[in-house]
Amino acid sequence: MIRLIALKELRSLFHAPSTWYILGGMQLVLGWLFLALISQFMSEQTQLALNPYLKGATEEIVPWFFREIVSPLLMVVTPIFAMRLMTDERRNQTLALLLSAPVSSAGIVLGKFAGLLTFLWLVILFVAAMNLTLNIGTEMDIGLLLSNVAGLLLLAAANGSLALYISSLTAQPLAAAIAAEAALLGPWLIERNAFDRYRFWQDIAPSGHFHHFNSGLLDSGDAIYYLVFTVFFLTLAIRRLDNTRIYG
Amino acid sequence: MSLAPITLEAHSLVRQFGRHSAVRGVSLELRRGEVLGLLGHNGAGKSTTLQMLSGVLQPHSGRIEICGFDLARQPEQAKSCVGFLPETPPLYRDMRVEAYLTFTAGLRRVPRGRIAGALAETLRRCGLQDVRGKIIGTLSKGYQQRVGIAQAIIHNPEVVILDEPTIGLDPAQLRDIRALIRELGDTRSVILSTHLLGEVENICDRVEIMHEGRLIYGDTSVRMKAFGNGEMKLEDIYIEITQTHAGQEDAP
Repeated sequence: MIRLIALKELRSLFHAPSTWYILGGMQLVLGWLFLALISQFMSEQTQLALNPYLKGATEEIVPWFFREIVSPLLMVVTPIFAMRLMTDERRNQTLALLLSAPVSSAGIVLGKFAGLLTFLWLVILFVAAMNLTLNIGTEMDIGLLLSNVAGLLLLAAANGSLALYISSLTAQPLAAAIAAEAALLGPWLIERNAFDRYRFWQDIAPSGHFHHFNSGLLDSGDAIYYLVFTVFFLTLAIRRLDNTRIYG
Repeated sequence: MSLAPITLEAHSLVRQFGRHSAVRGVSLELRRGEVLGLLGHNGAGKSTTLQMLSGVLQPHSGRIEICGFDLARQPEQAKSCVGFLPETPPLYRDMRVEAYLTFTAGLRRVPRGRIAGALAETLRRCGLQDVRGKIIGTLSKGYQQRVGIAQAIIHNPEVVILDEPTIGLDPAQLRDIRALIRELGDTRSVILSTHLLGEVENICDRVEIMHEGRLIYGDTSVRMKAFGNGEMKLEDIYIEITQTHAGQEDAP
């Protein structure tokens, strides 16, 4: 049942022209910036070669690309793809179809989440493939790339669950998108600019737990944080749907 | 008729919205092979009652049993036996008719191998063969209503709940859909709400009149017609019954 709902969500995402515009635009921007990073590395290569603490191409390009470009961009687009998940059901009064079907609220929410997550993970895999092209010109540090991808997959799950929950609160997609942007980008901006003595924000914001993955460190603590965060907001979304049955 | 098994049973359903009591102690029973018409003014609580019967809304108190399954305790088993068409047909307007019905069939737990057969049968019954490949949003209101009915019957449920199913249909479509409901009523149980008294006369075996959240009159539609010694029109009978009840309520 979860699979059925997930496939339906994926299908309606890919049926909307805007999805393709955003995906195309994203790939273009990412490709362009990736190319810029490579060309910068190439021009600095001779200087870098003199440095005894020499960094390789992977270390120079991949972490920065994931931290400064891919993860923020993903934060911006997640609410756009998530905003319709629940709002449309309320607005078009199709929720009755799901609520009268032999599916639990958890089944409905998990189905929608699985659809969104598959989509976001697909985007991340494309980014990973783009980074993998470095392998053509140099010997890559695949481990560093994998840890970045793993971190990003988890971050996307956390962001997606929060955006899905916010989408379940209203019948207006735009309101859901704006609220989710604020909820995702706000903590990120604060965490990014917080000094070490404000560790609190790094602990709290999802993006704060990406740093270890970003530097090639697989920290189970961070993974557990993402898991708990995701489960927490999915539970809230399920509760919200149950409340629709109770309060009308 | 009385030997037919009971498919839907509701005991003293109560539902409030804030301080407003929408439904106050409704009990009803439906047997296989029966079409029950729920009549009433706007705001009488018909839609709320049907939403509770289909599991969309939880009653504040009372119990619902469908095909022997308690809706609160075994929601999934109970809901597999129900097809529901809400007041606004729950349509994904960007989907094609065929894809939408396939999705709803899966949602209603039709085994994968049987979906194609169920789809073909439902398209035929609802007269949707010609529009099967069209996007729902581009269809006329009458066709959208038919797609709404189609999603409620595609899994061949024991109980079909229809909230104002004939709204927005032209006379020819009206006739077709009424025939379809009648046909469903022969082998299944149907409960429908309506404003149209002609509908009650044509397709319902039994009538329940709802007024301010209560059932105030229930009988077979044949006997309801005999209410005014056979001289009154059904419309007058309905108004007489609801007004008499309103008068009783006002009395100290």
